[in-house]
Amino acid sequence: MIDWLMEPLGYTFLLRGFVAAIMIGIICAVVGTFVVLKGLAFIGDALAHIAFTGIVVAFLAGFSFYIGALIAAVLAALGIGAVSQRTGISTDTSIGIFFSGIFAAGIVLMSLGIQTYTIDLFSYLFGDILSVRRDDLISIMILGGIVLGIILLFYKELLFVSFDPVVAESAGLPARKLQMLLLILLSVTVVVSVQAVGVVLVVAMIVTPSATAYLLTDRFGVMMALGAVFGAASAIGGFYLSYYADVPSGGAIVLVATLLFAIVAIIGPKRRSFWQLATSGTDASQHQRPA
Amino acid sequence: MVVEVEAVPEALAEQPDLPAGPAAIRVEDLSTGYHDEPVLQHVDLNVTSGSLVGLIGPNGSGKSTLFKTMTGLQKPWQGRVLINGQPGEPGSEVAYVPQTETVDWSFPVTVGQVVMMGRYPRLGFLRWPRKPDHQIVDHALEMVGMADFKNRQIGQLSGGQRQRVFLARALAQEPSILLLDEPVSGVDATTQHQIFELLDQLCKDGVTTIVASHDLSCVAQRFDHVLLLNRTVHGFGPPEDVLTQDLLNRTFQSHLLLLRLGNRTFVVEDPDHFHHD
Ligand SMILES: Nc1ncnc2c1ncn2[C@@H]1O[C@H](COP(=O)(O)OP(=O)(O)OP(=O)(O)O)[C@@H](O)[C@H]1O
Ligand SMILES: [Mg+2]
Repeated sequence: MIDWLMEPLGYTFLLRGFVAAIMIGIICAVVGTFVVLKGLAFIGDALAHIAFTGIVVAFLAGFSFYIGALIAAVLAALGIGAVSQRTGISTDTSIGIFFSGIFAAGIVLMSLGIQTYTIDLFSYLFGDILSVRRDDLISIMILGGIVLGIILLFYKELLFVSFDPVVAESAGLPARKLQMLLLILLSVTVVVSVQAVGVVLVVAMIVTPSATAYLLTDRFGVMMALGAVFGAASAIGGFYLSYYADVPSGGAIVLVATLLFAIVAIIGPKRRSFWQLATSGTDASQHQRPA
Repeated sequence: MVVEVEAVPEALAEQPDLPAGPAAIRVEDLSTGYHDEPVLQHVDLNVTSGSLVGLIGPNGSGKSTLFKTMTGLQKPWQGRVLINGQPGEPGSEVAYVPQTETVDWSFPVTVGQVVMMGRYPRLGFLRWPRKPDHQIVDHALEMVGMADFKNRQIGQLSGGQRQRVFLARALAQEPSILLLDEPVSGVDATTQHQIFELLDQLCKDGVTTIVASHDLSCVAQRFDHVLLLNRTVHGFGPPEDVLTQDLLNRTFQSHLLLLRLGNRTFVVEDPDHFHHD
């Protein structure tokens, strides 16, 4: 058993992928706590698709994909934040049109670009943990560390604003800036994860471990910590599944995360129901205080 | 010396309509609204420190809008709001309990955590709650009679209990001004009585409190000042001066009947004028 577990870790490039996957599992779940509670999954998905176009442009222009993806995703996050704060209405349709259009541009650019790059770019669509090079691992560690650090520093402010933005603002917290910060953290998380998990599945990596934790606890901090545990466990499980079954890492990790969710939803202690998850983060005005 | 110090508040209590203390809230020629639609126009107001003010007006008269402007959530179009002499900005000096809490009730926070949020702005960034903060939270929960529910998830409470938790959060903020938008609408009679005892105590401690309410009879009995609002101020002063037939008609644009029984005042809808336009 030990041999079986240790075997892939003997190869440097596999060990790198292993460490990267665990880090990604943890960051995604920590940020995912806010995403699940505020219903930001759709925005996360949009950011991932927009980041892909940033990656394609970076490849064609010959600079680091991290820079291309970060610029695209952060700009998109700022735009989405500004639009939703101004109108206050559901912006799903406009975000949907916007991100599909940009993603389509990325796909077209990809096929127009030099053919040899196409294989590489496909790994960003579906995720390939073995493509994580030394530089990539360093970027993941630094960016991930920054995201975790900022969440730790602004933990109580982000909690207050996520729970009750109106009263948080009236009490003097910079509610709009904090909500914007959350979107930026989400876009950085997406960019960090996209190489290992892929554009298509990144949102599952963000949402599923946190949702599993949500079923088990009534406390915000516990949800975040448990989510990180589930995220790391999915990353480890998915890593071995990917290695021994020879399947793409993104799919394997998300499959394990989904299995964990299913197990907890079916045989868990039922602190919360599936139904509560379905309504959380949706239009909060439906949950108004009864008169 | 001691006698003199005590004599001052007594003397003031006899003349509640005189501007005794410094103005806690000063509203000068305030106009504001939403989009292009004005709601409040030329509101002038001077609320002395430590008053307990009942805010009365029909639906849509701008009560919640006035509160939002006082907390700094709503910007004045014209004129200004001064809080303790300073231009009104969001901050912990003013605690605000909105009319409807638009929160997600399944959010994973406990009653104790929600009340602790009232401490966050005072703590400032990068500081974690310490022992005094926990004591303030416990005390606030005791004041609203919710100490036994500290570890409950916020959604697992009744509507009235939720209102009391949000009141406790406002108290934990240790504000000098408390703005309560219909805080007793879903609360039972006993708790309502307790909350008013609590508000009386807070006023004695110098906290200025404004309570929006549709229960005119309750306001007539419980508050030392009444503010009649409908787009602008129609009256402000002690209940016996302000709750007149004339001013009520002007504020509500309908015929409410004022009944005085001994020293108690009741307000009822005048059945003869019920269909009056
Ligand atoms: N967010 C908003 N956007 C546009 N108009 C608004 C908004 N909030 C309130 N209004 C309008 O402003 C006016 C005053 O509303 P406000 O909520 O201040 O009334 P209120 O006195 O608190 O009423 P109620 O007794 O029903 O609570 C109403 O005509 C309302 O339609
Ligand atoms: Mg109102």
